[in-house]
Amino acid sequence: MSSETERSDPVDASESNFGRVSRTKDVAFRWLTLAAALVGIVALAVLLLNVLVDALALFEPEYSPWLNWQFLTNPPSFSDPYDAGFFPAIVGSIALMIVIALITFPLGVGAAIYLEEYASDGYLTRFIQLNIANLAGVPSVVYGLLGLGLFVGLLNIGFGTLLVAGFTVSLLILPIVIISAQEAIRSVPDSQRQASYGMGATKWQTIRNVILPRAMPGILTGTILALGRAIGETAPLIMIGAPTAVFGVPNSLFSKISAMPMQIFTWADRPEMEFQYGVVAAGVVTLLVILLSINSIAILIRNKYQRKNGQ
Amino acid sequence: MSAPDLTHDGARSARGAAFKVFFALCAFLSILTTVAIVATLLYDAVDFFAAVSPVEFFTGTTWTPENEVYGVWPLISGTLIITLGSALIALPIGLLTAIYLSEYATDRRRAYLKPALEVLAGVPTVVYGYFALVYITPVLDRILPLGTFNALSASIMVGIMIIPMVSSISEDAMSAVPDSLRQASYGLGATNFTVSTSVVVPSALSGILSSYILALSRAIGETMIVAIAAGQTSRMIDLTDPGGMFLESVQTMTAAMVQIGASDVIGESTEYKSLFAVGLTLFVITFAMNLISEWVSSRYREVYR
Repeated sequence: MSSETERSDPVDASESNFGRVSRTKDVAFRWLTLAAALVGIVALAVLLLNVLVDALALFEPEYSPWLNWQFLTNPPSFSDPYDAGFFPAIVGSIALMIVIALITFPLGVGAAIYLEEYASDGYLTRFIQLNIANLAGVPSVVYGLLGLGLFVGLLNIGFGTLLVAGFTVSLLILPIVIISAQEAIRSVPDSQRQASYGMGATKWQTIRNVILPRAMPGILTGTILALGRAIGETAPLIMIGAPTAVFGVPNSLFSKISAMPMQIFTWADRPEMEFQYGVVAAGVVTLLVILLSINSIAILIRNKYQRKNGQ
Repeated sequence: MSAPDLTHDGARSARGAAFKVFFALCAFLSILTTVAIVATLLYDAVDFFAAVSPVEFFTGTTWTPENEVYGVWPLISGTLIITLGSALIALPIGLLTAIYLSEYATDRRRAYLKPALEVLAGVPTVVYGYFALVYITPVLDRILPLGTFNALSASIMVGIMIIPMVSSISEDAMSAVPDSLRQASYGLGATNFTVSTSVVVPSALSGILSSYILALSRAIGETMIVAIAAGQTSRMIDLTDPGGMFLESVQTMTAAMVQIGASDVIGESTEYKSLFAVGLTLFVITFAMNLISEWVSSRYREVYR
């Protein structure tokens, strides 16, 4: 791609009558494309501002903020909005995230290592690659059905348990983890592999001592971003029969769990204004703040790594 | 690996061999996942089609599981209307965004805009659904005769969600257009506008098309936004009534699945099994679209690399 000046120079040079007329159109088009680029971002910003105002009850002095300590530590309620809390859902989401991380990290990195370091560029490899790309586009609700049929129906692990939810959402984000881990491994320069082999290292030693340490920041960044996506997923949880309300925290892999998006979904159904504009807004803000923190960790890792590489 | 394989499999790499097997299994797990998806969907769908004839399912125009009537067309037409509505928003905006990022934006602006756009795709869909229901619908309600649940707010929200899918893939395709084509065009006295619309966009067309198909596939499979904001009224869409299409509640395939999934029907009932028949239909449609998108995009890669 050329730079800005290179591209506009020929235009500046043609100051004929023809040139001036089409430059008006050119400038208008430039503003149109810029406006288009901002539409989604501005819309989201307005919506986020709205939900923040509602969660904190900024313009409604008769209410205290919905997002408060009590909300974060209470069990949920469906009758009294002032008593409703988010605690079991927060703990459920975090437990779910840990289970998913434990499953997807080794499997995703393993698959990426195989595809990048071992597999020959044959028909089978291309088939696997195409398959992974397609899996990344399968609707999440279909993964929910897979969980329902396979883990609940066939293996009988139980409706809405932590383990079933963990397995189901893991399969859902696995393609994303694999693809990002592949990119990270691919970015390790080939010269480093050659140097390692030149020192007499075996393939496994090269992977363990050279490739993985080098690719790890990228792998971690991708995995954490995928985990962020995982805790926002609702449809698969509904399909595997996650309960609409859980009042305690999970204490084993076979406990039934709720999760933040699931709790928001069931609250959003309540007709009362206090739920619609108060409790749900507080839940949404909590979910987004936790998501934002997770993504910031990923970005911090990426930036630290980039700076190290830049030196 | 282009390197000659100097590694020798002695005793010390027995562990290495074991790891290789593990890595290979991880990669094959993805194929296993696809097989498992097809198998689980088929297993219960076959049962369903033993009770309800496929002809009735695929041609029926009434969907009322509570009366044991399973015609999938109301759900498909509901899905199409949401897809159409979101396409009207996301396809032009996404394309213009891609043009801005690829042809106009300075590197600095691009560095801010791209991550900001990615945020759009990263917001949980349950949050978008809630936004559509409690913020967008009341605002639109002041100018249009809207129902509490309607296809319009859901379409707008789905459209905003899929903008980054269109813009990022389209921008990749536009960036792959060789600069010599642009320069040649500038040399003939063309403006940025002419270069963008007459050179870059046509050259990147296969990539743009591929992003469109992928985005539509996402819109078809989107679940929580439509389940929350579009409602649960299964009805055939009347194409001669553009107002009614968008202003009233519709039920999509995914929303119908959520409705059955969230209810207490389990096990052997036909209603429970209809979940898998609808899921199979949805899976086949989106899988086919993803394959087509992959195939179309592979064409622009071949031309310019």
